[in-house]
Amino acid sequence: MTRIEVSNVSIFYGDFKAVEDVSMTIREQAVTAFIGPSGCGKSTFLRALNRMHEVIPGATVQGSITVDGQDIYAPEVDPVEVRRRIGMVFQRPNPFPTMSIYENVVAGARLNSKRMPRSEADAIVERSLQGANLWNEVKDRLTKPGMSLSGGQQQRLCIARAIAVEPDVLLMDEPCSALDPISTAAIEDLIHELKSTFTIAIVTHNMQQAARISDDTGFFNLRATGQPGHLVEFNPTQKMFTSPDNRATEDYIAGRFG
Amino acid sequence: MSATAAFTPQRGRSRAAKDRTATIVVWAAFVVALVPLVWLLATTIASGASSIDLDFLTHDMTSRLDPVTFKQLPGTGAAHALIGTLLVTLGATVISVPIGLLTAIYLVEYGRGRWVARTITLLVDVMTGIPSIVAGLFALALFSYFFGLGTRMGIMGSVALSLLMIPTVVRSAEEMMRLVSADLREAAYALGVPKWRTILRVVIPTALPGIVTGIMLAIARVVGETAPLLVAVGAVDVTNKNLFDGRMMTLPVYIMSQYRTSTPSGYAHAWAGALLLIAIVMALNLVARLVGRRFASRTGK
Repeated sequence: MTRIEVSNVSIFYGDFKAVEDVSMTIREQAVTAFIGPSGCGKSTFLRALNRMHEVIPGATVQGSITVDGQDIYAPEVDPVEVRRRIGMVFQRPNPFPTMSIYENVVAGARLNSKRMPRSEADAIVERSLQGANLWNEVKDRLTKPGMSLSGGQQQRLCIARAIAVEPDVLLMDEPCSALDPISTAAIEDLIHELKSTFTIAIVTHNMQQAARISDDTGFFNLRATGQPGHLVEFNPTQKMFTSPDNRATEDYIAGRFG
Repeated sequence: MSATAAFTPQRGRSRAAKDRTATIVVWAAFVVALVPLVWLLATTIASGASSIDLDFLTHDMTSRLDPVTFKQLPGTGAAHALIGTLLVTLGATVISVPIGLLTAIYLVEYGRGRWVARTITLLVDVMTGIPSIVAGLFALALFSYFFGLGTRMGIMGSVALSLLMIPTVVRSAEEMMRLVSADLREAAYALGVPKWRTILRVVIPTALPGIVTGIMLAIARVVGETAPLLVAVGAVDVTNKNLFDGRMMTLPVYIMSQYRTSTPSGYAHAWAGALLLIAIVMALNLVARLVGRRFASRTGK
């Protein structure tokens, strides 16, 4: 199982400091939620955890992020390898439009031209779709395009695709914000099941969702617009939602601002 | 005052009248734009269709000996021009598609905002405006430099046409690849797929219908070019299937040289050649549409 240690991390876009001095431990076999107002850098922080933010030109990170003791920003580390071990699910469902449901699930292996026997691929597809609670809904139409599914199903397909490459950690960037309440409930149940296998970090705007599914919660905030985001408080979710250490956290959770 | 003023019959009538006027103007413009097109097609078919027969499609312009009367018969066909046009255009496509596609990949995926990319974009824009005869002269000068003055080869025409094709291919491929959403690239990156594989296996397949359509349109645009081919490939009456050896006939040049004979049979051949050229362009357009639709249907829309 995989634990992520973050110490004194600041994230920049060019000269602009987006996130300042964040330290935390993301525990194994647990769900860690990041909450906070829009623009406070929680998505940026999440994307720094698997070096996805580097896709944007000029983005850099200071400080250290270690996964099982290994610094993922060490010069000899290949970001592609980091992303293979730390998967990601995005805000909007993004199945590959040219691929069928089946091909979408094995996309991680296929796009890397990894050869595998048909039986093995079949097994991966069934296991991943079952893991994403989607198998029963799509098992009879695996050759249909991934885009033919509903939004909630597409998002679960994306989760299946992410877990098919057997990562250690799953990062989720507001995975339910584009979904209706029923699909959201399905994904929340799924997250609850997945945490026995994966270390999970999730960004959410939905306070109730953070309270329902997470074990630890980090609250990010801005001092003012144009200022970098920072981590205000990081505690077990139980404590965050009953007796937070920080007044600002209490105000935010109670809906008094943001 | 009165919010209901907007509902007075007077205002309503004037709006309806304006709507009718605009509709009539738009339809009139549409019809006016259509007239020359239909006219052109009708004239070409009327003057050319009767001359297109098996003989026209299978023979070149070399004279033949009649086996019965032992008389010299003049050449009657455009087969040499048809073969030449197909070969020269194929050559141009083979040259410009890889160059255009790789340039577009650089511009979209790697060069973003760098001065190299900005310079290339500028040069591509300039290339779009090159007069076609200049492209022909360039090919002529280039090959004369290596193979001596007076060199004529089909491939020279391909080079000249590719100069005209490349900007179109770059531009359309670039547009299409930019339309592929960043979400898909990120989805691939998050699966541990390197950037080059993401481009090859996700971006290009997703943009393929548009890219193919762009290439087909670029071909359709150059297949009727006359001046560069006249300069670089020349004209000849025999069939030449070798792009790398000697003059070749192409349909546009064939049309021109037949027209210049100023004889009834020459005019008939010219019209028939024109009809053949239009048929090729239309077939290409049709293929482009079919290809586009086939790929689009795979995306489940």
